[in-house]
Amino acid sequence: MRNLIAFLWKNYFFFLFVILEVFAVFLIVNNNYYQGRVFFNSTNDVTGKILEKYNNLTSYFALKNANKILAEENARFYNMHPESFIKTDTLAFFVNDSIYLQQYKYISAKVISNSISRRNNYLKLNKGQLHGIKEDMAVVASNGIVGQVIEVSDNFSSVMSILNTNARVSAKLKTSNQVGSLYWEGEDYQMGKLVDIPSHVRFNVGDTVVTSGYSYTYPEGQVVGIVEGFDIDPGDSFFQIYVRFSVDFNKLYYVYAIQNIFKGELIDLEQSDIKE
Amino acid sequence: MAAKNIIRFFVLLLLQVLVFSNINVNGYIYPAFYVYFILLLPFEIAGWLLLILSFLMGLGVDVFTNSLGINAAASVFTAFLRPGLIRMLKSKKEYEPGISPGIKDLGFRWFFFYALILISLHHSALFFIEAFSFKDILQTGNRIIASSTATLILVLLLQFLFYKQDKR
Repeated sequence: MRNLIAFLWKNYFFFLFVILEVFAVFLIVNNNYYQGRVFFNSTNDVTGKILEKYNNLTSYFALKNANKILAEENARFYNMHPESFIKTDTLAFFVNDSIYLQQYKYISAKVISNSISRRNNYLKLNKGQLHGIKEDMAVVASNGIVGQVIEVSDNFSSVMSILNTNARVSAKLKTSNQVGSLYWEGEDYQMGKLVDIPSHVRFNVGDTVVTSGYSYTYPEGQVVGIVEGFDIDPGDSFFQIYVRFSVDFNKLYYVYAIQNIFKGELIDLEQSDIKE
Repeated sequence: MAAKNIIRFFVLLLLQVLVFSNINVNGYIYPAFYVYFILLLPFEIAGWLLLILSFLMGLGVDVFTNSLGINAAASVFTAFLRPGLIRMLKSKKEYEPGISPGIKDLGFRWFFFYALILISLHHSALFFIEAFSFKDILQTGNRIIASSTATLILVLLLQFLFYKQDKR
């Protein structure tokens, strides 16, 4: 026993190294588990505060660009405003409010930290549980999708951006409505890859790719990007389509978190399908 | 001496998470500049303290960048190899007490190789752990070379800056 202790003591540098590495690997592997999250959620509020303070300082320099983007967005909303339309046929514009039930709720938030150079990129937003943000909500910018909320604390939330090798988005070609799966390969922050589109489908370079709405997270028809090129391996019956993201992830200031109000209902329905 | 290192710990941590983690040059360069802290810890530091401090540094960066454990693992790995490397890189001057790692005490040549080797080791560990596979080895290799170079340049610049100041 004394020899063992002496041995451990003599080589403590090595054993401490092993222990710390094992702990670090444990953290890495458990990174996606709820338990690991809960522990670091409390620190999230502290780091969030610091990042927000810093962001308040630096966001001043980005004001010009942010204004431009907001102005463009305003213009688009004006385009959708009823006053921008001429009534040509009164019947076509008959709207009975009780027919419409709101399905998506938008909450605006400011990006306080963001990265594009890692394999797994995350954003932090300056709103959290208290503002109505919940896990799994979709996050979009004014010109396209950004990611999905994975973690919320009281005042802040973490978003897994689609620039994350774990992220998958159900997307479709707008022209043909063919649905595939979109992901990021981890290299160029402007390019994604759309797979599972069968080889008989016709499309053009420059076609728009939008969300399919099948995942219940993103509303249908949110812009993802534009087809820039494609590949097909000999003997393969599916395209690999390269998509240029419409959002510039290096220039994100304000985003919207979107809640699908019926998500729970839809998932319950799906689960009862599986049981039968 | 201790106070200097404690201050350096926090300054480098904040610099890393607020500035260097946000540097985005075509998605490849991620200067993990905080490794400078591990480089500059005094020679006579106890082994356990070296490991623990490196671990805390990595963990601090991880908590800010949502990459739990990755930077911590790479930092501990670097700290573990540091004493061996120092023994290997014998300099003309012996490591007398009171001497600290840096251009000022040990000369440019010594510090350049010391920094080059430790930074390369750290970044290799960091990017391989991040990729968690040897699949895209070419891409990971590019990241390691680009980022190590960036970090090395920053480290040498900062060394010269303070070297000049001390001379005055």
